[in-house]
Amino acid sequence: MIIPASVSPTGFWAATAMIAAVVVCSTTGEVLTAAAMKSIGDLDDIRAHSGLKGAIRAVITCPLFFAGVSFLALAFFSLLLALNHLNLSLVAPASASLTLVTNAIAGKIFLKENVDRRRWTAAVLVCIGVYLLAH
Amino acid sequence: MAHHTLLPRQYLILGLVAVCAPLGDTCLSRGMTNMPAITLTHPLTLIEAVFTPWIAVGIALLIGFFASYLTALSWADLTFVLPATAFGNVIVALLSRFWLHEAISLERWAGIVLITVGVGFVAHGPSLTERPAVAAELPTVPLQEVAQEEQAR
Repeated sequence: MIIPASVSPTGFWAATAMIAAVVVCSTTGEVLTAAAMKSIGDLDDIRAHSGLKGAIRAVITCPLFFAGVSFLALAFFSLLLALNHLNLSLVAPASASLTLVTNAIAGKIFLKENVDRRRWTAAVLVCIGVYLLAH
Repeated sequence: MAHHTLLPRQYLILGLVAVCAPLGDTCLSRGMTNMPAITLTHPLTLIEAVFTPWIAVGIALLIGFFASYLTALSWADLTFVLPATAFGNVIVALLSRFWLHEAISLERWAGIVLITVGVGFVAHGPSLTERPAVAAELPTVPLQEVAQEEQAR
C-alpha cells in the first residue's frame, strides 16, 4: 500500500540518509563547479571578447564542469526524493545550513580559498539563521 | 583581473542567485507534495515528475539561478557566493510578511537578522582569494639546475 507523502512515517535514519545524500552530492558538485569556473576565468570578460556563444562554449567544453553538474544533478534528484517523503520546512533548512558549513570546509581544503574568521563567522551566522527561519 | 569590490551588475547577478533559488525550491515542493509517494523501486516516476507544471516552473527558475550562480563563481569565491544564496530565504520571509501578510514569529525575525548580518560580514570582505601567479612566473632553468644539484648529491 502506498502511503501519501504528507502522512508517511519516515524514520529518523531514513530522513538523515536522504538529507546527507543531498548535502554530500551538493557539496561535491559545488566544489567541482567552482573549480571549473575558476579554471575558465571571468565569464563577463569572456562574453565581452567572444560574445555569449563564446562564454557558453568555454563552459561546456570544460570537463570539470560536467563532473560538477553530474553531482548537482544527483543532488537535485536526492532533493526531489527527500521532498517526496519529508516536509520542505525540514529538508530545505537542514540541507541548506549543513551545505553552507561543508562548503566552507571543502572550499578551504580543496579550493584553497581564504576562509578567514569573517567567512567562518558568516557561515555560522547564516547557518543558525536558516535554522531559525525554518522553525 | 580579480574584482575585489563588486560592480552594480555583479550585485544584480548575486540578487538573481538569491531570488531564483528559494522560489524554484518552493515550486518544486508544491509540485512534489501533489504527487503520490515515490519509491526507489520506481525511479522513472522522478523523471515523469519533471514534466508536471509546478516542477517545470521550478526547474525554469533553477536554471535562471544556475546561470547566475556560474557567472558569480567565475569572479568570486564559493564561500563568498554561498551566503548570498541564503539571503534568498530572507527575501521570501519578507515577501510573505509584507505581501501575503503572514505572521512572522520572533525566532524567524532573529533568523532574518542573523542571515542579514552574516551576508553583511562576507559582503564587506574581499570577493576573491588573492592568488599570486607563482607557476607562470617561475624560471625554468634555475629549477633544472637545482634538480641537477640534488641529483649530484
